[in-house]
Amino acid sequence: MTCDLSQTRLHAYFDGELDAIGAAEFERHLESCPDCDMRLAAEEKLRSALAGAQLYTRAPETLRRKLQISLPKAAIPPEVRDPKPSVANSWRWLAIAATVILSVLLGTQYLQKLNHHSQQQAMAAVIVDAHLRSLQPGHLEDVISTDQHTVKPWFDGKIDFAPPVRDFANDGFPLLGGRLDVIDSRTAAALVYGRRKHIVNVFVEKAQPGDSQDASGELQGYHWVAWQQNGFTFTAVSDTAYGDLDQLKQLFLAP
Amino acid sequence: MLEQEDRARFENDVMPHRDAAYNLARWILRGRAQAEDVTQEAFLRAYRSFAGFQTGNARAWLLQIVRNCCFTWLQQNHVAEEMTEFDEQTMPPKPENPESLAMATYDRERLQRALEDLPAHFREIIVLRELEGCSYKEIAAITTRPIGTVMSALARARQQLRTILTEPVPKGASRDL
Repeated sequence: MTCDLSQTRLHAYFDGELDAIGAAEFERHLESCPDCDMRLAAEEKLRSALAGAQLYTRAPETLRRKLQISLPKAAIPPEVRDPKPSVANSWRWLAIAATVILSVLLGTQYLQKLNHHSQQQAMAAVIVDAHLRSLQPGHLEDVISTDQHTVKPWFDGKIDFAPPVRDFANDGFPLLGGRLDVIDSRTAAALVYGRRKHIVNVFVEKAQPGDSQDASGELQGYHWVAWQQNGFTFTAVSDTAYGDLDQLKQLFLAP
Repeated sequence: MLEQEDRARFENDVMPHRDAAYNLARWILRGRAQAEDVTQEAFLRAYRSFAGFQTGNARAWLLQIVRNCCFTWLQQNHVAEEMTEFDEQTMPPKPENPESLAMATYDRERLQRALEDLPAHFREIIVLRELEGCSYKEIAAITTRPIGTVMSALARARQQLRTILTEPVPKGASRDL
């Protein structure tokens, strides 16, 4: 059997170059295409073989000396043996620094739990973070199905509650799948919906005292809407319009 | 010549990519000695034109110069290379048997030889992606090709690499590494 799907799609997926929707589509395809599945395994094998073979050849010391002579001396001080942080490296450090600062900020915000507003802000950050994490290639869904009767039983035995799984395709929110996630150290069922070209994550957790009742907000361009229903706390998050999330909430609340 | 400030910038932004530059040259040229000469030449060119490079991806900028120097060198030295540009029309993908692909094992020497046996334009793309970890966008910038061409070339390069790897090993064909 030969798959009709363009092979460049497989490679783009393999290289993490598909966007979240493209990756999700490809993973759906992968479920039903052993041909692509095997090709992907072959690509992985080749990559790990290349990585394991240590083919990367570092510049010899003689080159450094030659450059030292040929470029004006000021370009390379002889005492510099190791490269200074490169652009990529300084960017990496910046990212690490930003992560540290963000972690500290989040941590600090947790310390201010007495302050309801900041608690909500911290929660929003955690939710948006979980949403962004889910959009990384390969992370969106563990069970890929547009059928609520497939998604719902998938959660059985994986979590100690049965999340209400419903498909709202007729209302413009097709169910794409589900996965397990951990939100603020609590296990959550993540239901993934499509909304036009956007992805909506709906996190369902067992309601706990202190959970937001009917809250909403925006963080870094992502909207979130939280509500409680039948002993569950729902949090919908997406980069789609706030009105869309509110509409989804009403669909959940409707009998 | 460069101003003091530019010299410091060159040293900070460009010099650290010596290994990346040398590694790319080593694989395109298939030899260490040539790679050393051509990398040096590329650095000189980069240094001379650095004033025109203001901000952006210094690694991609340098590697673009390196690969251009490499291909110029290959032409000037009349190295027999399959220099034809990648073309989907003239090179339709050969069908592969997925089952046999998953079973194959590759050792280091075979991988080295197989990579060196790839056409130059496939070699550079595999090196940039798999050894240097460049994104498609960076590879497109370095090789001055549209991103779509990069994508299909990469798919073909990997396929051809595997095809070479499944061929029988010729005796005494090892090159220096």
